[in-house]
Amino acid sequence: MLCENCGKNEAAIHLTQIQNNEMTTRHLCEPCAETMGLSSGAPANAPLADFIAQMGKAIASETVAAAGTCPSCGLNLADFKKTGRLGCARCYSTFDTSLRGLLRKLHGGTQHTGKVYLPPHPTETDRTARVVSLRRSLARAVESEDFERAAGLRDQIRRLEAGQEV
Amino acid sequence: MGSGFLGAMPDAGLAWLRADGPHSDIVLSTRIRLARNLQNFRFGTRADGDDRREVLRMTLETAGVAESLRDGRQLVVSELQTAERQLLLERHLVSRELVGSNGHATPSHTALLMAPGEALSVMVNEEDHLRLQNIVGGFRLRDAWRDVERLDDELGQRLPYAFHTEFGYLTSCPTNVGTGLRASVLMHLPGLVLTQEIGKVLQGISQVGLTFRGLYGEGSEVVGNFFQISNQTTLGKTEEDLIDHLQRVVHQVVQYETQARGVLLRDAPVVIEDKVWRAYGLLRHARSTSFEEVMNLLSGVRLGVGLKLIPDLSVYTLNRIMIFTQSAHLEQVAGNPLQDGDADVQRAAYVRAVLSSERPGDGGPTGAAHA
Repeated sequence: MLCENCGKNEAAIHLTQIQNNEMTTRHLCEPCAETMGLSSGAPANAPLADFIAQMGKAIASETVAAAGTCPSCGLNLADFKKTGRLGCARCYSTFDTSLRGLLRKLHGGTQHTGKVYLPPHPTETDRTARVVSLRRSLARAVESEDFERAAGLRDQIRRLEAGQEV
Repeated sequence: MGSGFLGAMPDAGLAWLRADGPHSDIVLSTRIRLARNLQNFRFGTRADGDDRREVLRMTLETAGVAESLRDGRQLVVSELQTAERQLLLERHLVSRELVGSNGHATPSHTALLMAPGEALSVMVNEEDHLRLQNIVGGFRLRDAWRDVERLDDELGQRLPYAFHTEFGYLTSCPTNVGTGLRASVLMHLPGLVLTQEIGKVLQGISQVGLTFRGLYGEGSEVVGNFFQISNQTTLGKTEEDLIDHLQRVVHQVVQYETQARGVLLRDAPVVIEDKVWRAYGLLRHARSTSFEEVMNLLSGVRLGVGLKLIPDLSVYTLNRIMIFTQSAHLEQVAGNPLQDGDADVQRAAYVRAVLSSERPGDGGPTGAAHA
């Protein structure tokens, strides 16, 4: 589909707006969208990257110097702001300070409360943490009367507590 | 492109088209995906060829023994031809990032691993090393979660995932970190659009921590009254919380949509019947149609089938038309690339053939078809 403004380039931005219950969709190429102030240079299909870039601008000044560069993948905060993507697991500790603020804005907190990963060769701590999360799911399954799931979860907990493979 | 891999599996990844799940007239499909990365390898955007090769090798090896994937299919997407990659994209089995469309270079060492039944699959070397996904028909969040969770356990036992005690499963984009879970439900909401209630509903959805997008995921436009509703946040809530919350909200939207359809049928039956049959008539007889036009007309027909105004037409047929009238699918049938105009003609011919085989001798209805 061609850009509805210039009619030359392929439309890369499809902006759906709802105003007064009227839904309109505009199909624009990136240059035209930018001219109209509808784009900020982020890839067209990455509004989240754009969002992060915007937020990055706000937190950048005080953290750039502090955070430095990830020793594992070489990513620096400027790269992250540009792409909105982290480069490796280590980045999460390298950019810990600036990430916390971002995660709080994005998710409302920083503590994962979901499934706990059980690695291929689990330690006792791994097993215990996993059992705690499975018990939470079990309580949930019983509450919602999903007994098939509850039975499966009980089996898993039993095997973990007996130190068996899961 | 010739026979290609889809010759051997013409309906690969299309189990959801059967429309046999609950609320299939309003909810087309339910999808759950989990983002996972392997320790000690750089993530998607920073990974070099060696990282990607090794991630693919390890994943293929694991897929060979993981129960859910063992007897399935493994497609090395980066080695497929462009047209074949496009087919997978049109079936929503791979993302734009994985196939490198929209002007992006085709990434190396990418793969799609499909479980038997092909609802459950894994994208390898996308933005995250692994994207586990399950696409089922109708409104079935819990079912979709159960299978993908099992697959996650099977893979995680063998592949060392990047996991952080505080942040959870680590992902390339911080918007996915924690559970790495995105649950989405593809809804057809013509009633709410026609009664002009849709704005309010979508606003409400945004206010309760959910987000909506068009048919083709992030950044895509809303076409044919389809809305994909999904969780916005991934960290701080359990997978079950995220799924149950979406479940409750979508259930509510299904009720609003049903009410809106009831209102339309009660207050403006002639207008609705006219709209539905006009859409059907155009699809049944047009000689050249763009994909967008097909999608918009299908919306009217789908509404007619949901309201039982059009007898003898299944949601399955409408779902098939939606997939098989996309360009790469038309080209596959034609056996060669099609110019825009040719594609429009082929598309119209395909739709006419499908509709006339389902409702033969259809010269058009003679009277109002009250349910």
